[in-house]
Amino acid sequence: MSDQVSDQGGLTIHDRPNSYIGRGVPRPNARRLIHGRGTFTDDIKLPRMVHVAYVRSPFAHADILSIDTSAAEAAPGVVAVVTGAEFAKRITPWEGVLTHLQGMRSPPQYPLAVDRARWQGEPVVAVVAETRAQAEDAIELVQIDWKELPAATDMMRAMDADAPVIHPEYGNNLCWERNVDVGDVDAAYASAAAVVEDSFVFSRHTGVTLEPRVIVADYNAGEEKLTVYHATQGPHMIHAILSKHLDLPEHCVRIVCKDVGGAFGIKVHTYGDEIGAAVLSVMLKRPVKFAADRLESFTSDIHARDHRIEGKMAVDKDGRITALEIDDITGIGPYSMYPRSSGIELNQVLNLAGGSYDIGSYRARGRVVFQNKPLMCQYRAVGHPIATMLTEALVEKAAQASGIDVLEFRQRNLMADDDYPRNTVSGVPLEKLSHHAALAKLTGMIDYDGLRKDQAASREKGVYRGIGFASMIEVTSPSPAFYGVGGAPISAQDGTTVRLDAKGNVIVSSSVTEQGQGAESMLAQIAATAVGVDMANVRIITGDTEMTPYGGGTWASRGTGIAGEATVRAGRALREQVLEVAGIMLQSDAGSLDIRAGKIVDADTGNERMDLAEVGRVVYYRGDTLPKDYQAELVATRHYVPKAYPFAFTNGIHCCHLEVDTDTGIVKILGYWVVEDCGTVINPLLVDDQVRGGVVQGIGGALYEECIYSPEGQLLNGNLADYLVPMAFEMPDIEVGHVSTPTADSELGAKGAGEAGTAGAPAAITNAINDALMPLNARLTINPMTPERILNAIGKV
Amino acid sequence: MKPAPFEYVKPSSVDDALTVLTEGADDTQPIAGGQSLTATLNMRLSAPVRLVDLNGLEELRGITDAGGVVRIGALTRYRDLEQSDLVADHLPLIKKTLPLIAHPAIRNRGTLGGSIAFADPAAEMPACVTALNGAIEITGLNGVRKVAAGDFFKGLYETDLQSGELITAIELPKAAPGSRFAIQEFARRHGDYAMAGLVAAAQVDGATVSDIALVFFAMGGTPVAASSAAAKIAGKAIDADAIASAQAALDDDLDPFDDTQCSAAMKKHLARVLTDRVLTELAGG
Repeated sequence: MSDQVSDQGGLTIHDRPNSYIGRGVPRPNARRLIHGRGTFTDDIKLPRMVHVAYVRSPFAHADILSIDTSAAEAAPGVVAVVTGAEFAKRITPWEGVLTHLQGMRSPPQYPLAVDRARWQGEPVVAVVAETRAQAEDAIELVQIDWKELPAATDMMRAMDADAPVIHPEYGNNLCWERNVDVGDVDAAYASAAAVVEDSFVFSRHTGVTLEPRVIVADYNAGEEKLTVYHATQGPHMIHAILSKHLDLPEHCVRIVCKDVGGAFGIKVHTYGDEIGAAVLSVMLKRPVKFAADRLESFTSDIHARDHRIEGKMAVDKDGRITALEIDDITGIGPYSMYPRSSGIELNQVLNLAGGSYDIGSYRARGRVVFQNKPLMCQYRAVGHPIATMLTEALVEKAAQASGIDVLEFRQRNLMADDDYPRNTVSGVPLEKLSHHAALAKLTGMIDYDGLRKDQAASREKGVYRGIGFASMIEVTSPSPAFYGVGGAPISAQDGTTVRLDAKGNVIVSSSVTEQGQGAESMLAQIAATAVGVDMANVRIITGDTEMTPYGGGTWASRGTGIAGEATVRAGRALREQVLEVAGIMLQSDAGSLDIRAGKIVDADTGNERMDLAEVGRVVYYRGDTLPKDYQAELVATRHYVPKAYPFAFTNGIHCCHLEVDTDTGIVKILGYWVVEDCGTVINPLLVDDQVRGGVVQGIGGALYEECIYSPEGQLLNGNLADYLVPMAFEMPDIEVGHVSTPTADSELGAKGAGEAGTAGAPAAITNAINDALMPLNARLTINPMTPERILNAIGKV
Repeated sequence: MKPAPFEYVKPSSVDDALTVLTEGADDTQPIAGGQSLTATLNMRLSAPVRLVDLNGLEELRGITDAGGVVRIGALTRYRDLEQSDLVADHLPLIKKTLPLIAHPAIRNRGTLGGSIAFADPAAEMPACVTALNGAIEITGLNGVRKVAAGDFFKGLYETDLQSGELITAIELPKAAPGSRFAIQEFARRHGDYAMAGLVAAAQVDGATVSDIALVFFAMGGTPVAASSAAAKIAGKAIDADAIASAQAALDDDLDPFDDTQCSAAMKKHLARVLTDRVLTELAGG
């Protein structure tokens, strides 16, 4: 498929000669970054630019009795000191609810706390100064009279009758509840050969982008126009939000997103401190910059996970799963995040649990509760690691209860590869998956029997090694059913404009963004292939709402599946435009011509007829030589939105081999393998590294990352010495294999690959640890599995 | 994360540095490699009026053979220690320990004197210097004094260093024939501060151990010499019984407190594991 090279001009992108599809070419933008010539938002320096820093709430829950800004206003370099109440006069509040998540509620939220702060770190007063250091100096001079209130921090107690109610008008702390009941779970229990149960804890963690959140807002009063330089995953989304809430016409707002130093879902939300910078720019009529420092990142970036789940699975006498039941509660902070809402992760858990398996009955309850901690929202692999871990942990436990090897048990229960299209037990439509092919591919990569023999021999010596697996599905390329249907200004479609310059180069502008993952490489490979030029002759433009077509941006593993397809179509349209002109110039039928490696050729023979630059020259400079009734066009825009399925689901399977030091609780990963199926692979280097990077973040969730809070809601580890992310030493070699099941919903056939690693790793690692510790009768169902928790489980501490 | 404003002075002699430090008293803070202080400044956990940059003091740099001891200037960086033949030849414990200290970028800047003066209870060097019975050379305007490492570390981030004084050198005895050293630590990630660590130094004659020092780090407010446990080993061969009796004595020696990564109970458990592993390493030569 991907590496086919045809002699013909080709009907689809897969038949193109000199194709870049499936080739691991180096990313064209790497050189610029390695030369230190990237432009991150922090690099933007504008004339008259001032800096904002925020006084943030020291308490998780407290009333603001009074604020005295006079000393801060008099401090050196200070331009303005603005309270939350003043912001509230200049902007309309937002509500983080999606209408399709029925019954969800979240009150209006302003950029800064107005009269009550509801989490430690919530911005309260903005101090604008000539330098960030001066702003921070002046922060210390703002006097706030606080009245501390009891805080609801423990989500398990947030619904208790005596819990402090964060929004008194609601009567309790419930944001949203969803229930699912399919088949007859109770009947399945009654007839089960075995029923297994576990209680799962997924601790709160966060995204830790190397580049923090940064915004430079520049309101030009002369043009009545707001230009915003922003490290964001969704330029058009933030464009719509700023326009709406600052009451500026959409065409008077421009978002420019230059290089982004990692995003992972952190940079696709409405943060008060960022919106505040835009409000201040309008107010002061000068550029205002906000850059979160690392402590601010920890206390104001969205957090993720924080779920507690009771899970139960029934199997019959043949080792077939007959029922799954879960009860999930998640704490999301005091508001639902706007505009994506903080209900999606739980919604995904309920949608995806058991999603790889043929299960008849499923019952689920999910509750989203408010609490006095930072807002929780969509971080890489939203809900997937949770759904995958609870399912896969129960699967391995059920296999053991059934006396069946864990791989054999999966072979019995995974959805058959020839049984599509079909739905998951939760009702989500699946186009076509390849669980069994992926499992077969994985067993070819690992020496399973050898690993088991080594495990047995090691145990004899008191060395505890484990092998854990995780089958998984991944939501990619969502249709408007994800957000748009719920009323959010989040586009599910993307657009690409492709034009030929006068020298035969191809200029591509796309609505997706580059955040370090290689979207621009993907676009260049597809555009070069679709038009018929070398990648060296392709220039990619992204991240500018005035320069690119309208589109969703980069999140939910959607760039390749959606913008890639738009680029296929735009590239072909440009090729047809070029060949039309070339046909006239060469007095040949356009259909007999093709573009290959930047030349107009005879499609049949490949013989060169004309350089592409000659087309550019004639069209742009010598239009007089073309027929009088003919106007050439050398620019085409195409859009694409998935419609056939709500999501382009992918699947995969992970295997982790590790060793647990049962005296120290320290885990060493010995081997890690992933097989994933993202359909058509555009660039295997990028896809494999997406998987590897995702696995590393999954290792973080499984073993290291946790926002540790005191009972009063104080973050205890808001720095990179105490909040542990995996680093080079903690990264094992990760071997990646592929099965390819292209989606028939698009010509390209590509599905997403950005989150598969993160989705599966915690489950595979948890299963491997539990496999290692089985002789000690120890079992862990909490992430992260710290050394102390492992020793607690073993009973040594 | 910008530091509060401070005055900056970069003296070119130790005398000048001491004068500035004495005049400024508690408002004045010296800075060497800055690997700990810079972070506390940026987080405004400390806000000195004046910072005295010691990095111009060439006289505080260098590793010299001073007879029975190796003298290490306080401003000597970990990287210099890693590359030193004198350290390799005479201070095998230090050589063994250096790779455990953070990461190369930090070792390029961090100084031995800075680590001793800061006295982080989870840092390796205070424990090593204590186990080796090293001496801290302290200079003030009134002269030079030497303090045994065991007397230098007073409490959590509290040392014998007085206002207006600087650590100018650390003297470590050369390894004697028959001496053995071991260090192990358990950290969450490679390069992190340890959850628990143990340094051992001893003379081993045949199988018999003497002059043994067991010094824990990340096990209290200071490096903690486990003298009761060490006493169980002294004069004996290291075998399973000796190790078990040393482990049993640890309760008399250790009273750790919780930190973010590790509870006190976990630390006490890890201390027993460390005792086993470090003594086994020591016995293995």
